[in-house]
Amino acid sequence: MKVRANFALVFNLDKCIGCHTCSVTCKNVWTNRKGVEYAWFNNVESKPGIGYPKDWEDQEKWNGGWVLNNGELELKSGSRLTRLRNIFMNPDMPVIDDYYEPFTYDYAHLQNTPLLEAAPTARPRSLLDDSRMEKIAWGPNWEDGLAGEFEKRGKDTNFNDMEKQVYAEFENSFHMFLPRMCNHCVNPSCVASCPSGAMYKREEDGIVLVDQNKCRSWRMCISNCPYKKVFYNWETGKAEKCTGCYPRVESGLPTVCSESCVGRIRYNGVMLYDADRIAELASMEDVQDLYQAQLDIFLDPNDPEVIRQAKEDGIPGSWMEAARKSPIYKMAVEWQVAFPLHPEFRTMPMVWYVPPLSPVQSQIDQGNLETAPDGVIPKIETLRLPIKYLANMLTAGKEEPVVLALKRMIAMRSYYRSLNVEGKTDLAVLQEVGLDEAQVKEMYRYMAIANYEDRFVIPTSHEELRQEDPYAFQGQNGFSFGNEGCSISSQATLFPEPRKKVEHVLEFNAYLPAKSSNGEAV
Amino acid sequence: MDFTKFIFGIYPYIALTVFLVGSLIRFDREQYSWKADSSQLFEKEQLRKGSILFHIGVLALFFGHLAGLVTPHTWFLGMGVSDMAHQYIAIIAGAVFGTICMLGGVILWRRRMGNPRVRVNSRFMDIFILDWLLVTLALGLITIPFSLLHALKGDASTMVYLAEWVQSVLLFRAEPAMLADVGWIYKLHLFFGMTVFLLFPFTRLVHVWSIPLGYLQRPYQVVRSRFR
Repeated sequence: MKVRANFALVFNLDKCIGCHTCSVTCKNVWTNRKGVEYAWFNNVESKPGIGYPKDWEDQEKWNGGWVLNNGELELKSGSRLTRLRNIFMNPDMPVIDDYYEPFTYDYAHLQNTPLLEAAPTARPRSLLDDSRMEKIAWGPNWEDGLAGEFEKRGKDTNFNDMEKQVYAEFENSFHMFLPRMCNHCVNPSCVASCPSGAMYKREEDGIVLVDQNKCRSWRMCISNCPYKKVFYNWETGKAEKCTGCYPRVESGLPTVCSESCVGRIRYNGVMLYDADRIAELASMEDVQDLYQAQLDIFLDPNDPEVIRQAKEDGIPGSWMEAARKSPIYKMAVEWQVAFPLHPEFRTMPMVWYVPPLSPVQSQIDQGNLETAPDGVIPKIETLRLPIKYLANMLTAGKEEPVVLALKRMIAMRSYYRSLNVEGKTDLAVLQEVGLDEAQVKEMYRYMAIANYEDRFVIPTSHEELRQEDPYAFQGQNGFSFGNEGCSISSQATLFPEPRKKVEHVLEFNAYLPAKSSNGEAV
Repeated sequence: MDFTKFIFGIYPYIALTVFLVGSLIRFDREQYSWKADSSQLFEKEQLRKGSILFHIGVLALFFGHLAGLVTPHTWFLGMGVSDMAHQYIAIIAGAVFGTICMLGGVILWRRRMGNPRVRVNSRFMDIFILDWLLVTLALGLITIPFSLLHALKGDASTMVYLAEWVQSVLLFRAEPAMLADVGWIYKLHLFFGMTVFLLFPFTRLVHVWSIPLGYLQRPYQVVRSRFR
């Protein structure tokens, strides 16, 4: 056993309202720069839909993730040699139109046009080559709220093994939101595909990063990540991805997307796993066993043997404490209401999802649907979202775990309704789904109330352990690009500089008092 | 000092010094800029054809030049490769891979100049070095008919002179006089070729140093400890 800690998240889809606050705050912090305008480290997709980039889930098209080759794990894109052979041109890499062509609008035109009969308009312009865009044909989240015809949305691979034409009819249509970010996988295929070894997983918290100085733009990570969450910065020629907001997480703060989530759907915490069993458990023959396999790789932070080994492996006490209080552990392992996104990719993702309930409330209110005896609580058979669809997304198609999770969420509601409306506790509903009263109370606290301190249990990184020589860090300015973070570099360089589009930033002396022509301050 | 002596006696050392020291300084000080700088995100189909052909061609040409020019004359004779055989191998391999490289290069050039996304986001040096490489390549291809003429006359002296000169440069006793009887087209090709080395550290060509052969040996996963 080798104990490692991984920063992990759970998204409670039952509460996601698709407001995109997570995406916008993330964009403002991380990707509001030239070269990554098109990149959304966090995005929210409408499901069913083909998503961002188009058809990202279809690995027959992109060859992302892992496959078993004679019982051995191998990247789906082929052997190491295959990738070196494809280094002149990665055949699996998406082009920017698979994401969308980033654009802005000619806002200045609104101010600069002379007086006209008709109001001036701000027309779109490409951010790639400054050309006029007559018609914007695709964008981030183009399918928001089931936009577009079913013909296109229906290409969603989560419809596999389903009679999907039924859901093309308006009466049978269904909808859910799927917020996505880098999964900071236990078995990341992006890292495994990087020829220059620039990508790495941090031992202390499992966050997956790209070493910007070592990246040589071989761009294998872009296609080998099955979630398409590594992006190519066309300005710098380097791969960039979700950083897990590590500067925040190291200080014990939640990620920006989690902090800003208005629906309180995001949970941040620590998970312990056995690093010695990654290869074994990621190589299950049947993809439907991969969900259970990932549950099996997690370690119980209360197990004395795990505690002993963790100490040996250098996991700080504060991290063990956080692991014991981890909301992720409770939802994923104790109550088993959260699931990994597409475990069949074999990357062992560390962002897990609570599936959404989807009661057809108007029909329940009109008495048209069968309910629990109380006449209010929906039955799982009458939910709008097909279980198979959720299972294809979260458990490689295995329905039983998803059904149990949904039943547990319904039982929680039943229990609290009986408590608050009838004034007595209905324990039968709990027994049916294998929960006890204490558990359901805790579930309620974490999932319904979702207090800040319950959602975010993040130990600090113990930076004091790392900086053996703090003086060496004097004069540096932390996170930056290129050599700017280094105090000894100057502005002048012989070597290619970033492409610059001159933008006039207010200079400091703009704040100084203006001077009149004779030199006096005014 | 006359011009020829400078170009073939001193300039090679300037070019090689800038090539090596420049690469070293850039790697040390500006590693963030050390990259292949792929534009595949913008355009894929032309790149598929152009990049693969160009790279196969250019790698074969590089190693062909290396083997043909740097291997001592006596070794070839020792291996039983006569000067004429050597010359025909050079002509045929040069023609084949030169054409492949040129084909790919022209596709890449048309892509870089013709695709608005690629064009707008090309730095000056990206276009300049591509132009320079293509001119060097064209000059190299033009030498082939001349070499063929020599070969048909049974005269391998030009090739031998060129190899001797390259070896004299690499052994730090450059002998520009070796090139006295070599045609001007060869000399022009030499000048353009040497200048590629001079320009090398200031362009995206530095990615050549980073051929990731180590990847074949590496375990899949990379985990970094903060106590490195």
